[in-house]
Amino acid sequence: MLLTINNISVVYSDVIQVLKGVSLRVEEGQIVSLLGGNGAGKTTTLKAVSGLLKPENGRVTDGEIIFAGSPIHNLSPEEITRKGIIQVLEGRQPFKYLTVEENLRVGTAIRFGKPYQEDLKLVYSYFPALLNRRKMKAGYCSGGELQMLVMGRALMAHPRLLLLDEPSLGLAPLVVREIFGIIKRINEEQGTTIVLVEQNANMALQIAHYGYVMENGKIVMEGPAEELRENPDIKEFYLGVSAAGALKSYRDVKSYRRRKRWL
Amino acid sequence: MDFFLQLLVNGLSIGFLYGLSAMGFVMIFKSSSVLNFAHGELIAFGAYLFLVLCSWAQLSLPLSFLLTLAGCFLLGFAVERVFLRPLIGEPLIFVIMLTVGLAAMFKGSILLVFGGNLHTYPDFLPPWLGLTWGSVSLQPVYTVTLIIGTAFLILFGLFFKFSSQGIYMRSVADNQRAALSLGVHVKRVFALSWAIAALVAGMSGIVLGIINGVNVHDLSGIGLKVFPVVILGGLDSIGGAIIGGIIIGVLEALTGGYISPSLKDVIPYIVLVFILMVKPYGLFGQVEIERV
Amino acid sequence: MKKLRFHPCGNFRERYEQELTVFETDFGRLWTTLGIVALFALVPFVASPYTLYVINTIGIVAIAAVGLNILIGYTGQISLGHGAFFGVGAYGAAVLATRWDWPLAAAVPAAGLITALVGMVFGLPSSRLKGLYLTIATLAGQFIIEYVLVHWDTVTMGTMGITLPPPSLWGWEIRGDVGFFYLIFPVFILMLWMAVNLMRTKYGRAFVAIRDNDRAAEGMGIAIFPYKLLSFAISSFYAGVAGALFAYYTVSITTEPFNLALSVEYIAMVIIGGMGNMAGAVFGAVFITVLNEILRWGTDMMMNMGIFGSMGLNMAPLREFVFGLAIVIFIIFEPRGLAEVWRIWRSSFRLWPFSY
Repeated sequence: MLLTINNISVVYSDVIQVLKGVSLRVEEGQIVSLLGGNGAGKTTTLKAVSGLLKPENGRVTDGEIIFAGSPIHNLSPEEITRKGIIQVLEGRQPFKYLTVEENLRVGTAIRFGKPYQEDLKLVYSYFPALLNRRKMKAGYCSGGELQMLVMGRALMAHPRLLLLDEPSLGLAPLVVREIFGIIKRINEEQGTTIVLVEQNANMALQIAHYGYVMENGKIVMEGPAEELRENPDIKEFYLGVSAAGALKSYRDVKSYRRRKRWL
Repeated sequence: MDFFLQLLVNGLSIGFLYGLSAMGFVMIFKSSSVLNFAHGELIAFGAYLFLVLCSWAQLSLPLSFLLTLAGCFLLGFAVERVFLRPLIGEPLIFVIMLTVGLAAMFKGSILLVFGGNLHTYPDFLPPWLGLTWGSVSLQPVYTVTLIIGTAFLILFGLFFKFSSQGIYMRSVADNQRAALSLGVHVKRVFALSWAIAALVAGMSGIVLGIINGVNVHDLSGIGLKVFPVVILGGLDSIGGAIIGGIIIGVLEALTGGYISPSLKDVIPYIVLVFILMVKPYGLFGQVEIERV
Repeated sequence: MKKLRFHPCGNFRERYEQELTVFETDFGRLWTTLGIVALFALVPFVASPYTLYVINTIGIVAIAAVGLNILIGYTGQISLGHGAFFGVGAYGAAVLATRWDWPLAAAVPAAGLITALVGMVFGLPSSRLKGLYLTIATLAGQFIIEYVLVHWDTVTMGTMGITLPPPSLWGWEIRGDVGFFYLIFPVFILMLWMAVNLMRTKYGRAFVAIRDNDRAAEGMGIAIFPYKLLSFAISSFYAGVAGALFAYYTVSITTEPFNLALSVEYIAMVIIGGMGNMAGAVFGAVFITVLNEILRWGTDMMMNMGIFGSMGLNMAPLREFVFGLAIVIFIIFEPRGLAEVWRIWRSSFRLWPFSY
């Protein structure tokens, strides 16, 4: 088991409890996807792992996070990234004033001083679109290019565990398809373990091996991706498909408001 | 004509000095987007440390010079460590206000120790460093400024453009959270930029001390002079700092010489406002890329 | 509409009016009213002259701080020229009162308007400048105004200063600290009330929108530049009124106090109090003024004591040091400001004993 999250609670600013006992396990070499509505606590879970809670005044108050056999909860992001966990932040956060290539070079921060030419080549082979933009300031790139850029940047670090936060956010369906294809390739060819947080449950469950569903700061369901894909509740609430397999009519979709409460 | 030329040369050399003082300021801004209101006090610290080592402790020149630089480097490092580190991740205005508080603290403690009197260094620069063309002359100090300034300009330019550490520093300035997520040692970057900035500030403090003597009020005043200089050049451009410095220096010299000495201190600001209206990010500053 | 009796434990608002109310509960309104009554009925008679002087100073300073908070905390434009605007107000009132014998009732608002105009002129760069660049442009304003105040001898008397005539308001001679208390605090409460309500209007919301994201605000159809100018005008108006009151209160003014340090002090008030919070600006004003007084008192005492008497003169820098230290400590330990401390303290009462 590469990553084990054991019953963690996360509290922001000592008052707002966001995670209420989340446990999940990520096997080496797998893609694990984390689904759930807005505010379910998915991003917070990722931040708890990558240590980025700290700058936001959040804290793991309970439970433990174990990565490759050693506890990492409440370590600083610098220490955690050096263990090989890299998070790709939600909403594509490029370094706007740096060129694409300089952006990629920042990805080498955790192994400062080592050569990086090979890695650049590797990233460009996964994301050929970036090659043409090498000398351009990242602020002027399109959304799809930026998503590739931030993923490529993370790849430069040779992560053992890659945390992807909503890579499909605000992208055209075709671009989403392309990006998910690349995620799968990275997982297969580089053997990188990936935790994928997504709203696009359909896409995520297609490439993932295992899935968790979160709601209200708790894990409410888990299982292998194929099983989740077939689960009637998941189908209804996340895939928007009724039990019969047909798309719902608008009248039925309104029942979405009476969202099922798990537990 | 000679008067004009002499004013021009004076302005240029003072301007270059302003540019040199501003360099450290830009350094901090470039890595952490912090306007350092305590810059003048860092300059003063360098000048006083050199005074203590060179005039009072009677150490040899090169030794006290090196020790001063080391001391400033350490001070910058310590300031970051003690005061700025707890604020990582807070909005910038707090950090800026913190430097205002620091400025008051430093100024207060320097005044407490040294008092507000003028101190001077022994005269140690060899006169052959001075240059003369016809009736126009350049003092030795300014020659030294010119050499140091150019050297640092080139050094910093290369550092930020090509070295990995330089790129990390820029990435932190750009998007701290993203840099943190990639494992950039944000704290180390800040510490380093403060240390280097303090070092450069200390050096310009020594040069200023040679020219005007050492006095807290004057030196911390230079810290304010730095604002129009860096804004004119563009907050994040090191070359711009030098050019901004030269523009301000020449302007001051010419206004002082031709119009009135009392207008000398205001004119940079007036020009600054007009230039900013035409070029809102200074002459060489990075245009902010905004996406809603 | 029926008011809530107690603070709810969460956000149970159902209508926009509820979001906008000044007092969430009747208790809040009651306490505020009681507080104001007590302020006017008790304080001037209980307080010693010195305390009253400090309280009056706080009142004046708080007016200016509230104004700056509109600009910094609500509109997001950091201005380093507030001290100079304060000075413009002071000189405006002084010149009007000495040259043209304007009465106080006319001179104070007029000084406010003059300052608003000056503020708009120095707010003009905000059409193109943003963030720190704008801050430095206002710093330029600070120096330019200072220069004008010192060198425009024919009007401002340069470094000589101006002495104001004793003020009177519709036949009522305002004399002594008590008199000024009844002048300053009604004005202060009126101005505060206006500021709080301003934020509930279209204009206030436009300011906040500009602060949070000016591009997006523009996209929503808010004309950014006029609103920024308006914000500069309003905040300078506050500074001007405060400055005018200050001029009357100190009787004789020179250009000296209206320097960059004063501007910085005002920003410190807004930050230490809590940005974007009206009560915060007042807290900040109280904190900084009281700190200044304590430091002055402390240095005076040290100078008079035997042991430290010899180093008496050297103690002045200590004040600067402690002032800086206070700011630093505050920002490091409670960057959200006193208003946040107050809020946490209050909600810990409200939520006790289950704090989640």
